[in-house]
Amino acid sequence: MKKELASLLRREFRFLARPLNLWSRLLLLGAAAAIVVSLFLPLWRMHLVAPQYSDGLDLFIYCYKIAGGGMNGQHLVEINNLNHYIGMAQIVQADFLEMRWMPFVFGLITLMILRSVVFGQMGNLVDLFVVYCYFGIFSIGSFWYRLNQYGHNLDPHAAMHIKPFTPRLLGTEQIANFRESSYPELGAILLCVSVLLIVIAGWVSRKETVA
Amino acid sequence: MIAVAALATVATLSSCNKSSTAQNERAQNASNTYVAPGEKDEYYLFYSGGHSGQVFVAGIPSMRHITTIPVYAPYPATGYGFDEESKKMMGEYTWGDVHHPALSQTASKYDGRWLFVNDNANNRVARIDLRDFKTHQILGPIPNSSGNHGSSFVTENTEYLLVASRFSVPLPKGRVADPTDYATEFNGMVSALKVDPKTGEMSVAWQILTPPFDWDLASTGKGPSSGWAFWTSYNTEMAHDVLEANSTQKDRDFSAIVNWRAAAQAVAEGKAQMMAGVPVLDPAKVPGILFFLPIGKSPHGVDTDPSGKWLSYGGKLQPAVTVVNIEKLLAAINNKTFDGDFHGIPTIKYEAVVEGEVPVGLGPLHTQFDGLGNAYTSMFIDSNITKWKLPPWTDDERKDMNKVVLDKVPTHYSTGHLVVAGSDTAHPYGKWLVAMNKLSAGRHVNVGPSQPESSQLIDISGPKMRMVAEAYTEPEPHFAQILKVSEIQPIEVYPKAENTDASAVWEKENTGVTRTGTSVDAKVTAVRSRFVPDRIDAQVGDDLTIHVTNVEQTRDMIHGFGLIEHNINMVMDPGETKTMHIKLTKAGVFPFYCTNFCSALHQEMQGYLVVSNTGQPVKGAVYGNPAPAATPAAAPAATAGQ
Repeated sequence: MKKELASLLRREFRFLARPLNLWSRLLLLGAAAAIVVSLFLPLWRMHLVAPQYSDGLDLFIYCYKIAGGGMNGQHLVEINNLNHYIGMAQIVQADFLEMRWMPFVFGLITLMILRSVVFGQMGNLVDLFVVYCYFGIFSIGSFWYRLNQYGHNLDPHAAMHIKPFTPRLLGTEQIANFRESSYPELGAILLCVSVLLIVIAGWVSRKETVA
Repeated sequence: MIAVAALATVATLSSCNKSSTAQNERAQNASNTYVAPGEKDEYYLFYSGGHSGQVFVAGIPSMRHITTIPVYAPYPATGYGFDEESKKMMGEYTWGDVHHPALSQTASKYDGRWLFVNDNANNRVARIDLRDFKTHQILGPIPNSSGNHGSSFVTENTEYLLVASRFSVPLPKGRVADPTDYATEFNGMVSALKVDPKTGEMSVAWQILTPPFDWDLASTGKGPSSGWAFWTSYNTEMAHDVLEANSTQKDRDFSAIVNWRAAAQAVAEGKAQMMAGVPVLDPAKVPGILFFLPIGKSPHGVDTDPSGKWLSYGGKLQPAVTVVNIEKLLAAINNKTFDGDFHGIPTIKYEAVVEGEVPVGLGPLHTQFDGLGNAYTSMFIDSNITKWKLPPWTDDERKDMNKVVLDKVPTHYSTGHLVVAGSDTAHPYGKWLVAMNKLSAGRHVNVGPSQPESSQLIDISGPKMRMVAEAYTEPEPHFAQILKVSEIQPIEVYPKAENTDASAVWEKENTGVTRTGTSVDAKVTAVRSRFVPDRIDAQVGDDLTIHVTNVEQTRDMIHGFGLIEHNINMVMDPGETKTMHIKLTKAGVFPFYCTNFCSALHQEMQGYLVVSNTGQPVKGAVYGNPAPAATPAAAPAATAGQ
């Protein structure tokens, strides 16, 4: 038993010490590039369609800002205008603290990728993967929490009283006269691609040994 | 037996075919003009509203009325004529008589910038901006000009609007003379209004003094007739009473042939004399600017064809359209082929310039062109549209001018103006013709003695005209303009960044009521579904000014501000600020409310104007921001009221 455990640890130690081959390093550079590009693209989109808004109202979530669709981001003003009838708090970018630190964390992860490229060890890749996944899950959780808070902290003095709700994170649902769809945008897709590239980078070097 | 059966079958089939052809035609007309819910028309029809003082916008081919653009008369539906700006623009008049809308042109093509309309009654011209479909300027009454009917005709690049007087009066206006001295004491006038090429702002540039004929309609030249303009007249008899008979004695009346470029040049050279602040040219002393051409008889419309080569005069009391060759006309002027003069103004020899008289029928008024060599004339008395062929004509056709008359389609009834899409440009759209009829004479469901006017849509795309639709256009359409919808992109909200109103407020913190002496000034925002502030306090005798800014930037989020028992209704489009001013004479609490349905809580969008007659503010009066954290400015204002 003891011997088996020692062997497992040795295998693990050897695995973490495996070097990354050229393919892995190139894939990691690709992952870094995907993250950098995603900084400038919307991550998520909420699309609201009602009879009076047949073209729909859009809300785009970036890692650093919230932007309404339409001319001069007018859709955000419009959504806030409509939300005030049900007592929902105004969606104001200043309230989204995470938008201050998210770009910083994206930078950090990009640096960790570059570190893996330079140091070229499987262990760096594992660090990177774990931190990245934690960050990703935390962000989605925090986004859900935001939605939940907006849908539950309704001003009791508002004109219309509706049952508190959590807008859907992913998918489509009907809220009053609005059909609301929420889905990832190109930025989030690029982030998923970067995760995938990191996994593939690990996979292609899984049998590498020091020459 | 079989033969009989076969014959019976043939007979059935042919009668069946006949009714099914008519039915097919109906179905085809219907589908050609049907604009399904959610679909859009292809063309705008801007038609004048006559003595309603407004301009109406319909769609072609549906002929549906889409919107009303108020110009010379108040229109509570959009708050026009109630706020200070539109009241100021309308001046002392609350009606006008809109006859001839004209789209601005660049290089003899519609440029989609402005629509100009005249006021026959009060001698004015207005400019509608097609960016927002609103009236932006009313110019007038034009000095030295009376009865602004022959108006407004744009030159090739909208350098000028050319207008002329219908009802001559003693000049300058205000001078009194006996109408029996009409021929010597009264005068007509041809006026040029300058249009600023950037802003469209109009101003009176210069005028040409004329004998007291009744100038009727005009047309500007293009191409070979560039720089010229042409008017018709009636009453060259210079009668002053019973015009029906006294002005219709001569077989021909004079058309004015005006060289507007030469006139502008003469003014620049100082050849004009000032009258009522306007440089006025006397054509008897300044040669080369005005010529007369005799045309039969009491001609009504004159229209230049898209090539600029032909003029078509509607004979009205002569059953013919007179076609003038403009190249020959200009040659006659150059070669002085004159038949003497009238009051020192050369009279051009008729035979030297007339290409032919087309026997179109009774009561020809106006002619329009499709750009394919065809002309369409409205026949008031015969009640139809007559299609005929422009020159060049063959010898055979010249021998029997009936041969150039191609087609007739009855109209219902007594067509006045007609419009072919883009006829007055160098490149007409063709395709559609709208006949604007003066009488509907019971064709419609009975709505009592005040009978509506009808307009009829005629498809002119084929060799034969086809009447396809009819609509009861708001009274009273005179002329119209047709513009392709795809050629303009009007705004749907007023961008906040463009609002330059010094009294506009956008944030709650900046709203409020301030008092200076007996002047109370309220800055109010309107948004779904509230006014901020929704209470305004004042005293009897105060001068109350209320500025309401619609802070919305969403299309169709329009708010109104109606004040009970004060004859006030402002309507603010998104991003717009409007101002009202009243002297408060009644004590009481007067509700104000949103008049333009905006939202589910539109009914709740209301507030109170509290007018106290005690000299003291009512308990709870707030001459300022009603929010708890009152701005410092509000506090002294409140004390000032006590």
